[in-house]
Amino acid sequence: MTLTHFSAVLLFALFTSIVFGITMRSNPRMMVRFGAFCFVLFVGGTIAASWVMWAIKH
Amino acid sequence: MTTNAQAPAQPLKKPAARAATKSPVSPAVALFAGWLIPGAGHLLLKKPIRAALLFVSVAAMFGIGMALEGKIYTPATGDLLDVLGFAADLGSGALYIVTRMLDLGHSSVQIAIADYGTKFIAVAGLLNIVAAVDAHSLASGRKPL
Repeated sequence: MTLTHFSAVLLFALFTSIVFGITMRSNPRMMVRFGAFCFVLFVGGTIAASWVMWAIKH
Repeated sequence: MTTNAQAPAQPLKKPAARAATKSPVSPAVALFAGWLIPGAGHLLLKKPIRAALLFVSVAAMFGIGMALEGKIYTPATGDLLDVLGFAADLGSGALYIVTRMLDLGHSSVQIAIADYGTKFIAVAGLLNIVAAVDAHSLASGRKPL
């Protein structure tokens, strides 16, 4: 099995966000919201860090 | 959106209030079941959707890690970092135990992508510990059912 860096990030963020959403909030609506928030932070943070590394190199 | 949507100071529940929301399942049983089989603690507490999501998440991360030829840590290497990796892997419960019993997985990282696999396996274990502790909190009444 091979994964690109980005697909690995997406899978990692998806599964981790599901667990965080369920365990860190009490009501289902807030679970979905917090899970989505975590997912966006994981993926957005990775993309931002990637651009920072690109900027440092150039 | 804030990360602490539930933060507004909820006073700690008094023992009487906790007892009212307490589950008939023992917290220790929920914790152990949740560790052994991902999601089982929530299933015992009659939360089947949460249980299924937790099982799929942890099992998928573990499975992807194995498919990426990630390293399975063992306790007796003498390296402190390996012991930490072992503790994380052991968090997966039966998934880790069965993997070791069947002698699956790799004892070292042999290809570049396997390093991702190693992290997926370790994080699957850590997430399962978080889920098991959540089941314990639900059973003890610390978190509302």
